[in-house]
Order: sequence, then structure tokens, then C-alpha cells
Amino acid sequence: MELRKSYFADVRKDDLHEIGQPRPRSDSPGHVTGKTAYFADRNFPGMLHLKMVRSPHHHARIRSIDTSEAEKHPGVVKVLTAKDVPHNVYTILTLIQIGPEDETVLADGKVRWKGEAVVAVLAETERAAQEAAAKVKVDYEVLPAVFDMEEALKPGSPLVNEYHGHNYYSYDSGACRKVRFGDVEAGFAEADHVLEQSYQSSPIEHAPTETTGCVVAPEGNDRFTCYTNTQAMFFTLDNTSIILQMPGSKLHFVGGTVGGGFGGKVDVIVEPIAVLGAKLTGRPVSFIYSREEEMQISSPRAAEKVVIKDGVMKDGRIIARKVTGYTDAGAYSRHSPYGAQKGAGHYPGPYTIPNVWIDTYCVYTNRTPSSAMRGFGVTIGDFALEVQMDKLARLIGMDPLEFRFINAYRDGDMKAHRQPTEGAALIECMQEASRTANWPVAEKYMAMSSYVKGA
Amino acid sequence: MAKIPVQFTLNGSEKAEFVDGGTTLLNALRDKIGDTSPKGGCHQGTCGACSVIIDGEIRLSCLTLAETCNGADIKTLSGLAEGGVLHPLQRAFLDTFATQCGFCTPGMIMAAKVLLDHTPNPSRDDVVEALSGNICRCTGYEPIIEAVLLAARANSQNAA
Repeated sequence: MELRKSYFADVRKDDLHEIGQPRPRSDSPGHVTGKTAYFADRNFPGMLHLKMVRSPHHHARIRSIDTSEAEKHPGVVKVLTAKDVPHNVYTILTLIQIGPEDETVLADGKVRWKGEAVVAVLAETERAAQEAAAKVKVDYEVLPAVFDMEEALKPGSPLVNEYHGHNYYSYDSGACRKVRFGDVEAGFAEADHVLEQSYQSSPIEHAPTETTGCVVAPEGNDRFTCYTNTQAMFFTLDNTSIILQMPGSKLHFVGGTVGGGFGGKVDVIVEPIAVLGAKLTGRPVSFIYSREEEMQISSPRAAEKVVIKDGVMKDGRIIARKVTGYTDAGAYSRHSPYGAQKGAGHYPGPYTIPNVWIDTYCVYTNRTPSSAMRGFGVTIGDFALEVQMDKLARLIGMDPLEFRFINAYRDGDMKAHRQPTEGAALIECMQEASRTANWPVAEKYMAMSSYVKGA
Repeated sequence: MAKIPVQFTLNGSEKAEFVDGGTTLLNALRDKIGDTSPKGGCHQGTCGACSVIIDGEIRLSCLTLAETCNGADIKTLSGLAEGGVLHPLQRAFLDTFATQCGFCTPGMIMAAKVLLDHTPNPSRDDVVEALSGNICRCTGYEPIIEAVLLAARANSQNAA
């Protein structure tokens, strides 16, 4: 790899030793010899297997739960319902002051999505747990459900999550996250062309090769070791501590090795209930998603809808941008309010636009709760923005790369969130991309610079 | 339920176990014998992470019943290095950065070993075909293919 030292020569330190040097991964010797220990490689004598009874309905009131037949099934050791969980309603991001708590560990009174955990069965074998889970009788009163974000926001739509009181997350700025900069309507009035387009995405499943799960071993003295493939060790430890109302010092979490995750393993779903099972039975507990559960139950990337309206001048300058973004959180918050907020910050794109107006909504529907996945909140937005950029360039008959040079932000430019741009390298990246892709642009763009004013 | 006796050779050592009827070879290896190098990703024969070599052929241990393995010669990744010396495939996976999370690696290397045992100088297409039953979700197929080709070259140089 060639290192271009001319870029940022006045600000860079030249004592870097790592970039461009091959370094072996520290964990790969274990991978190629089969010695790397994943959570499921821990096996304890007397280990119980946990299987979940899940909601077959998208939205329903629970009239009653009868676990008597399941409890009598051979091999069953314990059956857990909501009343067994010390602090049953939680939300992952409460640790960074994002509330309210809106998700149940085991459903209490109502289910809000198809696949929601209702009853946990602990048995001597996986098979016994599965058979007993099938014997749990839950009486449901099916309620109307809503699956479309714009439908969910209409008055009179079924209320998905009572802890919010409406089908959107309340930011301190109201029903949506907002960015306001300049006067967007004046910008549209002045523009040579206005283009409004909407973009939509489906949920995306991470499908890690190793399914989500954990193995918990009681250590005596009411202390528990949890081997887990979480991608968020301290969120998991702290939320388990809150849910079980026990000090973190009683919980020893061992992780680090994850058999694929991509964001899908940052939620705190399997560990609290498995530790509770180990606490109430005094025995090791294994709770591992089947492949079917992984594909259907684990949180996907959120479905999104993005409506972008741009005002552009014949010379290529974008002078106004209005964006409305919708993030489908599913039935519970998990990480989605944060994702929608990231979108609001991101929609101006890496471009200098004098008039910007953005609203992003985090919407609750009766779909599988969505959560983190590689760049969530901005990935779908980037797809939409860059397709929109190509359409704008075509509209005014410009080369799409030259169009981006005209609008690229450069050092000193004011961003829509009123942070001056610093350390931008977009022009330089595009120049390099233009050479590498053999996509020539006019000489004046090759002479531009991100960090020398006026160049 | 009556237990079923099963005897086989695992990485050169004799093993004898009593298993429940219907126990998969994957579960017998991992839970009974303690060889956790084959991984359970899907338990339905689609991901290839559990691949082991049975009598010289690549097999999915999640779809193979332990009771059918009487007298079989079974090889897993944990037995591939001999005397602490890495097999050329293991060396090549390290050198080409062909592991990311590592979960698919045991199955990938065993599938590659069967290919090289039958076809010492494979084409790129041969490698792709041989690894087609193994899924890598970290999207590392190119380095993995490169690793297998590198190991094949290393083998043929040693032989020459």
C-alpha cells in the first residue's frame, strides 16, 4: 500500500509504524487450531437447557398462562414467568439515560410482536425443554396490530407500547429529532430545480454463523459466571444487574470471542433470564438460539423510509435539503431511538448546504424489535442520499462525481448542526477515487483542496 | 432409554462411548468426548461449520448420527497439527488473513484438506466448489480461497 505523505503534511505526525505493515491477528492461531473457546464450548456437569415459549401473535392481551402440564413433564426442573423476574421491565439504553423502560424480559399482560418471550422452561435435556414448552397453555385475546410506520403515526392507530403512550419515541425535541439551518422554503423558491424522492428499505437479518446465546455456571455464594457471545459486555452486565436486582460484583461475565455478530449481539436478551434460571435452580444453564430463532427472533436492522427533497441550481450547488426519516423500531426501543437520531445528524451528507430541514422519527410497530447493525441509522440514509445525488446530477446534466466536488464540505464550512468542518478529506478522497476508478473529472476539480481555503 | 455403544478412531485415538439413540456425531464429539473444534452453527446441514472428515470424505457432523460411526476413522481440526507443527493449510490461513471471527474456520479447513488430499493442485474453481458447502458470514471468501491455493502451492513445492 502506498502512503501519500503529501496529504495533511503540516498536521500529521510522521512517527506512525503500524499503517501499511502486516500484523497477524492475535486470535487467529486459536482459530486455525480449533482451540479458540466460544461460549458454547463450555460444558458443565448437570447443565440445564432453557427453551422459550414465544408469542404466536403480533399483538395480543394475555388472559392467562397455565404451566401445570409443562411442570409435570419428565425432566423439567423449573418454569419461569414474568412474576419470577425481579425487575421485569427494562430498556438497554437506560444506562446512558435513554428511557423510558419499555420492554419486558418475559411478557406481562400483553405481547407486542410475534416471537416475544412469554415463558422460560428449564429442563435436563434440550428435548425435554422443547417438549415441555409445547405444553404451556397461554390464552390470548388477539388485538389489532400495525406494521406500517406511517399507519402507526396516524391518530387512532393501535397503540403498540403503553410505556411510550404513542407510537413514536419522544425526544427532548418532541416527536422527532430535528435539524434546522437557514430557510429551507426560501431555498426551494430560489432553486432552478426541485427534486423530491422517497426511499424505503426492508429489515435485514445479521445471520451470524454462531447463534446468540450464553452458558451460566453458579459459583456458590450467590455468584454466577456467564459465558456469552455478547458484543456489549458492560451493557449486558449492568442490565443483568438491574433486571435481577443484584450487585454487579455477583456477576462474572466472560466474553470476547464472538462467532459473528455485526451488531446483532449487542442486545441484552439471553443473559438475564439464563442467570435467573441458574440462580433459582442452583444449576448451570445453557440458553442458545436455534437457527430458526436466530433468523426470526433476533433483532434485525430497522426498516427505514427516507423522503428527500432537494433544491439545486443549474451550476450544481444544492441550496436546500428537506429530509423526513422514519426508523421502524418494532415493538420496543432497544437501540433504535439512537439510530434515528444518528440519521438526523447524517442526512445533510458530507455536503455544504445552506438551508437544511430534517425530521427523523423512531416509530413503534408490532414488528420484531430492530436494533444495531453495522452503521445503523446512517447506512440506509447513505444509500438514499447518494442515489439522490446521482439523480440530481442527471437532472442538471452534470457528471455525478463533479457534482459531488461542487458540494463537498471543506475545512471551515459550517455544517447544518452548527459545527464548523475540521479535518475534511473528502476532496482528496474523491480525487484519489477518480484516478483509481479511471473516472476523469475536469482539471479544476483535481486542483481543489479540502483544507486550503479558496483552492 | 437404552444407550448405544459406539467405537471409532478420532484423530488417531480409540474412542468408545455410550450415546442416546439419535445423538448426532457433532454432539457426541463436543459434549461426550470434549472435542469442541467442530462448531454447531445451524444444526440443519447448511452452514458447514461442523464439517469433519469420516473415512477420508468430508461430512456434516450435525447430520451424521453417532451410532452410524462404528469403526470409522474420524478427523477434526483439533487433530490436524502434528507434533505441534501446523499443517500447511493452517499456516496458509494464518498467512493470508483468512480468519475473522474464526467460527467457520474448522469446517473450512477440513473441507479444504479433503480437496487437497484428492486434488493436490486444484484450480480456483476446484477450491470454490470444495468450499461451497461452508458459509462464512464475515465475508472472507477471497482470503480463504487464497489460503487453500497457497497451501496447495506449498505442498507441491515440498513434494518437488
